[in-house]
Amino acid sequence: MASTVTMTVNGKSVTGAVEARTLLVHFLRETLGLTGTHVGCDTSQCGACVVHVDGKSVKSCTILAVQCAGSEVTTIEGLATEDALHPMQEAFREHHGLQCGFCTPGMVMSAVDLAKTNPDPSEHEVREWLEGNLCRCTGYHNIVKSVVAGAKAMRG
Amino acid sequence: MYNFEYHKPASVADAAALIGKAEDGKLMAGGMTLLPTLKQRLAQPSDLIDLGGLADLVGIKREGNAVVIGAMTTHGAVAASAEVKQAIPGLAQLASWIGDPAVRNRGTLGGSICNNDPAADYPGAVVALGATVTTNQRTIAGEDFFTGMFETALEEGEIVQSVSFPIPEKATYEKFRNPASRYAIVGAFVAKGPNGVRVAITGAGPTVFRWKEAEAALAANFSPSAIEGLKHPADGLNGDIHASAEYRAHLVGVMTKRAVAAAG
Ligand SMILES: Cc1cc2nc3c(=O)[nH]c(=O)nc-3n(C[C@H](O)[C@H](O)[C@H](O)COP(=O)(O)OP(=O)(O)OC[C@H]3O[C@@H](n4cnc5c(N)ncnc54)[C@H](O)[C@@H]3O)c2cc1C
Ligand code: FES
Ligand code: FES
Repeated sequence: MASTVTMTVNGKSVTGAVEARTLLVHFLRETLGLTGTHVGCDTSQCGACVVHVDGKSVKSCTILAVQCAGSEVTTIEGLATEDALHPMQEAFREHHGLQCGFCTPGMVMSAVDLAKTNPDPSEHEVREWLEGNLCRCTGYHNIVKSVVAGAKAMRG
Repeated sequence: MYNFEYHKPASVADAAALIGKAEDGKLMAGGMTLLPTLKQRLAQPSDLIDLGGLADLVGIKREGNAVVIGAMTTHGAVAASAEVKQAIPGLAQLASWIGDPAVRNRGTLGGSICNNDPAADYPGAVVALGATVTTNQRTIAGEDFFTGMFETALEEGEIVQSVSFPIPEKATYEKFRNPASRYAIVGAFVAKGPNGVRVAITGAGPTVFRWKEAEAALAANFSPSAIEGLKHPADGLNGDIHASAEYRAHLVGVMTKRAVAAAG
């Protein structure tokens, strides 16, 4: 049975038709056209789909759109301003924290959540925090470097 | 995923009524196990009853000599709780080792124990600490709650509301994690308290169990050396692509010793 759901995505109120089984990631990608959020697995393990729901990082492939009714959702598209990348995005670019880029939206969203709760994370803390974000390309080294630098830039 | 009717009740009574009248209803807590199962089409419930609106089931409070945690409290909230860290640090540690941050932001204590995955972490704490599970119908002793692989003492549609953990003198958890899934290949929860010493093992068998030989040895002498020569038999333990039963038996000894050493 289809119904409609209303939530705030990247600061804008949006309403769309969903089925009960529609996952948040499908609502974002297919209904709203926000394809920056990726799907990399069907076992809830890869983290390519991480977005923020009410300020917390969540796997958008493992939450229903209807569960997010009334919530504030931030996706990778919501980080940059008109004329500047978010400091965490800028750090990934500067430190070559990506190769193919598939895992990057989830990495960046997880990293921003970490920096909010732990503004000065050690390399070890970054590695622990990113346990649910898999990258098949980089070997993680530059991702960790990027996150440490991005967190520093966010501190200002 | 097959479709279903979605409900978000505002009270436990409403949730119980909804599950009672659904043709083949399922309760949903954090959805971290249930939604992946539905995505794989391994289940086809007619109705999904989301417990996410039940504020009464969320929270951590000290009640006398126990810490009482609501069923819908997330792993992340338990890991970060000052109350839990102070009263039962081993429990906060356990919660902080479940999955990854995004899983801990959604997954709940109630969902973990009701699912009773053989590799789940919480069952170890529930059994070793001698916790009590409160449902909308009764209370169940922690040790009687876990009855088999993915099986519990819950009746059809019964809803877990909270778990009360008596505060021990010492309690520590050690876990050998599967590096890909982060679930326990073997976990040992060791507690010393008014009920003596308890050693609960997860990951190794079809469901959590107490290692009574180790408990007896540790009751006489609470130190890693007391269980130095003790070996857990491999019979009846799980063997799979991640670890053979023999290897798991070996890890039972190693993890228990580490937990005792960490308890100091
Ligand atoms: C990538 C990943 C890694 C993970 N790693 C670990 C790990 O290292 N260790 C670990 O222990 N777990 C791990 N998990 C599982 C996680 O802890 C889940 O949160 C947990 O198993 C289920 O909790 P949930 O709240 O998500 O429940 P759900 O998935 O919503 O529900 C699980 C089951 O419990 C029932 N249920 C839920 N709440 C109640 C209630 N209050 N009363 C009655 N029945 C109820 C549901 O009907 C369902 O059958 C992992 C999961 C993922 C996706
Ligand atoms: S798509 Fe892999 S965890 Fe969500
Ligand atoms: S950059 Fe390719 S998967 Fe991470």
